[in-house]
Amino acid sequence: MSRAARTQGETPYLALQSSSEFQELRRTFRGFVLPMTAFFLAWYFLYVLLSIFAPGFMGARVGGTITVGLLFGLGQFVTTFAITILYSRWATRRFDPAADALGASLDGVKEH
Amino acid sequence: MTRSLGAADAATTVGTPALNIGIFAAFVVITLAIVIRVASGKKTAEQYYTAGGAFSGRQNGVAIAGDYLSAASFLGIAGAIALQGYDGFLYSIGFLVAWLVALLLVAELLRNTGRYTMADVLSYRLRQRPVRVATAISVICVSFFYLLAQMAGAGGLVSLLLGVSGEAAQNIVIAIVGVIMIAYVLIGGMKGTTWVQIIKAALLIAGTFVMTVWVLGKYGFNVSALFQAAADNSPKAGEKLFEPGLKYGKSTTTKIDFISLSMALVLGTAGLPHVLQRFYTVPTSKQARKSVEWAIWLIGGFYLLTLVVGYGAAALVGPERIAAAPGKANAAAPLLAFDLGGSVLLGLISGVAFATILAVVAGLTITTSATFAHDLYKEVFKRGRTTQDQEVRVARIAAVVIGAIAIVGGMYAKTQNVAFLVALAFAVAASANLPTILYSLFWKRFNTRGALFSIYGGLVSAIGLIAFSPVVSGKVDAATGANLAMLPPGVDFHWFPLDNPGLVSIPLGFFLGWLGTVTSKEFDAEKYAEMEVRSLTGHGVAGAVDH
Repeated sequence: MSRAARTQGETPYLALQSSSEFQELRRTFRGFVLPMTAFFLAWYFLYVLLSIFAPGFMGARVGGTITVGLLFGLGQFVTTFAITILYSRWATRRFDPAADALGASLDGVKEH
Repeated sequence: MTRSLGAADAATTVGTPALNIGIFAAFVVITLAIVIRVASGKKTAEQYYTAGGAFSGRQNGVAIAGDYLSAASFLGIAGAIALQGYDGFLYSIGFLVAWLVALLLVAELLRNTGRYTMADVLSYRLRQRPVRVATAISVICVSFFYLLAQMAGAGGLVSLLLGVSGEAAQNIVIAIVGVIMIAYVLIGGMKGTTWVQIIKAALLIAGTFVMTVWVLGKYGFNVSALFQAAADNSPKAGEKLFEPGLKYGKSTTTKIDFISLSMALVLGTAGLPHVLQRFYTVPTSKQARKSVEWAIWLIGGFYLLTLVVGYGAAALVGPERIAAAPGKANAAAPLLAFDLGGSVLLGLISGVAFATILAVVAGLTITTSATFAHDLYKEVFKRGRTTQDQEVRVARIAAVVIGAIAIVGGMYAKTQNVAFLVALAFAVAASANLPTILYSLFWKRFNTRGALFSIYGGLVSAIGLIAFSPVVSGKVDAATGANLAMLPPGVDFHWFPLDNPGLVSIPLGFFLGWLGTVTSKEFDAEKYAEMEVRSLTGHGVAGAVDH
């Protein structure tokens, strides 16, 4: 991975891939999307498993006809929308500028 | 609020078939006119497969909603909520959460590394021919299961909405749906199909919104009062409508089956080829991101509306009339429309339901024909040596053949219980496609053998387990003894206990992808660097589109 960057005969893609800026970009990207994926999958399967194996708890009334399970289910909508907003803001502010800069630097290398 | 008034005798023949047909015909005429208008210009492969990547993120997001919200989502989920309350709602949520996989892990990276088909991405740094063949087989299987389910659904809708119940008449309607769909695809390519999906999504969401407000208005915009009315009007289920268990809580098997189904739903969406194809219709990964954002808002909003529509159907139509109607649970939303707004609203909702089938099958057909022409014909058979004209001609021929198969398959399948086919499509997508996509985008070491293992392994295990599951043979209704399996009663060779294979086949697909990879030494550092750099920075995408 950390072979001496830009040695003779190395393609611009290989050179960029082994640069510290690109490693940082990958770390930033994975550092956001992988934990977020783990979270929403865990949260979703918690809801499914509770609905399936703890129907008494999920069927308990919070008030009137509203059950714990319904609130959990609506909570899935809330988290899905919230993650969408969070990701979009994070990507626009943190990820895009770095990614665009690296992409542009590659054009510079290619054109010589 | 007890039984709904007056319309009880109209349970089997609702509305005015002529009006329903008229509204549907109007939709077809208007959309065909739009398709013909937008179709002018040269027909390059780019245009045919991806509309030249010229749609905006917002347009594409609406089209994704139109592609994804099939008749099964609209009629099926509303009906499931009406009859099974909480469990129907539980089912709908998997379809929404699944989009986060697409948003976070797949859409942007796929847009940056592919151009026409799913196989473009999977074969990027692997050996082209074997991976393209494997991917094409998987794409064709998933799309075909999905297509067949939609066409069979069209047959079921006919008897419900158009008052057509004869075998021949149903076949004619299926053939008409198929022919119109082929016309959209041939005339409009991806651009025309996208516009049909956009129009359909707008109509579907608007129609459902009107019904939601109408239902809520009847209960003073008090959701709790609506829920109570639904329970009061459901003598059998009663307040159990608010609790889990009516559908999936019957036995340990049904419980585990639901876990299996939810895995397939959540992990399958981002592996559905016709969904992935939509990410190529926008110019950049940023627009692909925007597409998914829009899709999530629209799809999420839509499922919230179906919650009200479903409980509204239970409260105003009642489970007995729904169960007695042709189409059973699928009739809940149309019957509710009739009770609310008479034959005009029913006609509108019926027209939207047909439009839904048309738009979804058109998207499936274009994706499958792209796989035939681009992956199999051009890259594998001709080894990349074809002209654009030849490729597009093959794609069009493929679209006609696929359409014909869908028509014949739909005629045959309409009397079959094929509801499981959609679940199977999601299961194959989650078991064969998603592991391969994720490995190829995120795992440096991944190689050709890994891809072949995960695609063929996931595909064969998902289809194999279904073949030996109760949905194909040996399922009987515990209460009535009626045959619920696809094959006739008396035939029983099932040994896999679950209806849904995902619980086994998805982990197996991931495992086999790992196993194949670690037993092979193949690694192309240059191609990997090119793919990874492009996937994250978007380098080279604009150039590919300009062409």
